[in-house]
Amino acid sequence: MAVSGIFVHKSRSILTTLGIVIGITSVMVVISVGESAQGLVLQEIQQFGPSNVFVLPGKEPKGFTEGFGTLLNDSLKQKDIDDMAKIPNVVGVVPYAFGTALVSFESESERRTIIGSSHSSQENFNLEIESGRYFDTFDVDQKARVAVIGYDIKEDLFGQTDPIGKKLRVKNTTFQIIGVLASKGQGSFVDYNDSIFAPYPVVQRDVLGTKHFQRVAVEADSVENVSNVVLDIERVLRENHNIDDPEKDDFFVQTQEEVANSIDMITGVLTVLLGCVAAISLVVGGVGIMNIMLVSVTERTREIGLRKAMGATRKSILYQFLTEAILLTGGGGILGVCLGIALTFLAVSLAHSFLDISFPAVISIKGIVLGLGVSTMIGIIFGVFPARQAAKKAPIEALRSE
Amino acid sequence: MKELIRTEELAKIYENDGVETHALRGVDLSIQEGEFVAIVGPSGSGKSTLMQILGCLDRPSKGKYFFEEREIHTYSDEELAKIRNERIGFVFQAFNLLPRLSVLDNVMLPLIYRGTSPKEREQKAKKVIELVGLSDRIDYHTSRLSGGQKQRVAIARALVTDPKIIFADEPTGNLDSKSGEVVLRFLQDLNEEGHTIAIVTHESYVAQSARRMLHIVDGEIDKDEVITKRRIVAQEGFSK
Repeated sequence: MAVSGIFVHKSRSILTTLGIVIGITSVMVVISVGESAQGLVLQEIQQFGPSNVFVLPGKEPKGFTEGFGTLLNDSLKQKDIDDMAKIPNVVGVVPYAFGTALVSFESESERRTIIGSSHSSQENFNLEIESGRYFDTFDVDQKARVAVIGYDIKEDLFGQTDPIGKKLRVKNTTFQIIGVLASKGQGSFVDYNDSIFAPYPVVQRDVLGTKHFQRVAVEADSVENVSNVVLDIERVLRENHNIDDPEKDDFFVQTQEEVANSIDMITGVLTVLLGCVAAISLVVGGVGIMNIMLVSVTERTREIGLRKAMGATRKSILYQFLTEAILLTGGGGILGVCLGIALTFLAVSLAHSFLDISFPAVISIKGIVLGLGVSTMIGIIFGVFPARQAAKKAPIEALRSE
Repeated sequence: MKELIRTEELAKIYENDGVETHALRGVDLSIQEGEFVAIVGPSGSGKSTLMQILGCLDRPSKGKYFFEEREIHTYSDEELAKIRNERIGFVFQAFNLLPRLSVLDNVMLPLIYRGTSPKEREQKAKKVIELVGLSDRIDYHTSRLSGGQKQRVAIARALVTDPKIIFADEPTGNLDSKSGEVVLRFLQDLNEEGHTIAIVTHESYVAQSARRMLHIVDGEIDKDEVITKRRIVAQEGFSK
């Protein structure tokens, strides 16, 4: 009976469903995309163990825009690296110097990221070698012009040719390719597939023409010692940089926890902002549902009167309208969830192809529950409440209404 | 004959902004099984109010109403709904069909509230639809039918529950005279077969086709007469 009610009032049903679909879809996409991005970043961070800390040049950024300043600051030098390695409880110091450069092989040439580091960067980034080998301490000490290339670079520049042993020109320097990385997804600050890894002394001297590092990963021997190590790093660097006042630090140390927190905060703010947009569309959808439900019940007062005259009780009228509302909003809800999932995947793949950020699509249960819950509630309340009023009337009164 | 309906001092008072309107003032009447009663009177006389109370669509303000000896005036909404569903059939002036449902669905409607199985619903509905001669229109939406056809669907819907009495409120009021005749003829036929029928009308030629006439004036029974020269509506068959 309720089902036939839905098909009988097609345009009303379609409009109601549309309101719900729009509401749920928008809420779901926003929350899912937000959580996907968050998931990506957190996963990226977890990859470096919790006993790792990062030392970055410049002042600790307080907002979004200040973050770029750290890339240009040149306060972290080789001496700092060497001194930090001497700190007790420090088991590894991995410096990073990176930039983009024109990379060419025979007639092919493209701009790519080149990352100069020590051999430990392989472990740091959890890089797997597809063929050849990663560079080792010897290569670093010898300032060997060797490079390990990302999977996509191999595909783009070499195609079917085996790149191992081939000469690759990076800016004006020739590197010998010693290894190819296995294909790997996007990282938070590097696209491994599109990068070249090489010993940092050569990258600094021959490609970047700099003597500083943009980032240094320091590993403590245990999680418990991280805080001590941070204090030691600050002490050593202040001494090296002749700083007395911690306010004037030209570097800062980030623990994994802090990184996670700051990223969590940024994505959290974004999710809230986008969530507001979604909430507005949910409200708009809800108002639509509300309107259509109210109008339709008013329109159907005569029908209610007739049904009562035919022996329908108040309960059976309520039951009918409740079932109709649930089927409509539920149907719209399921449609909205499907559409939301589809759009989330679309958004993720668009982000991948246009912005070159790849992250796994996370379907937000929160979004589904929120979207479904709110629109179903609206549908039921505004479908059933007026129906209840109409069902209360004496059948003859309802029958007489125009 | 068995008594189907009895009222004692039945009164209905409507209150509107403190002004009381006495629609019925102490009606005593009795209707036996198998009767064909026409309730007549000018508009505002209270004849529709009487029918609504007898049809359990409304409640009396005072007085007693017995239907098959049941004390209807004490019944709850739910109990009234059950009586309407199982014992009473209605035919309205405005047909009151659900326009976007098929003939079959409209006729099956009362059976839904009785919990009849879908299969039995369809069987019963098909039987009465055949009776009113609309088998070939069974899947039509009722909005596509003519007025006379609509009223026949309404009669089929009233009949499908096999009620003790059918109340018809101005059943010919919205019809042209030819379609009206068909409907009246049909009600007469049903009465011949033993159905109890009460028809509310303000037109004397319609009332003349009944067997008994109750004149209502100012909420009271003015005259209760047996129609001696009953008008038998010509057998025309249903126009299709």
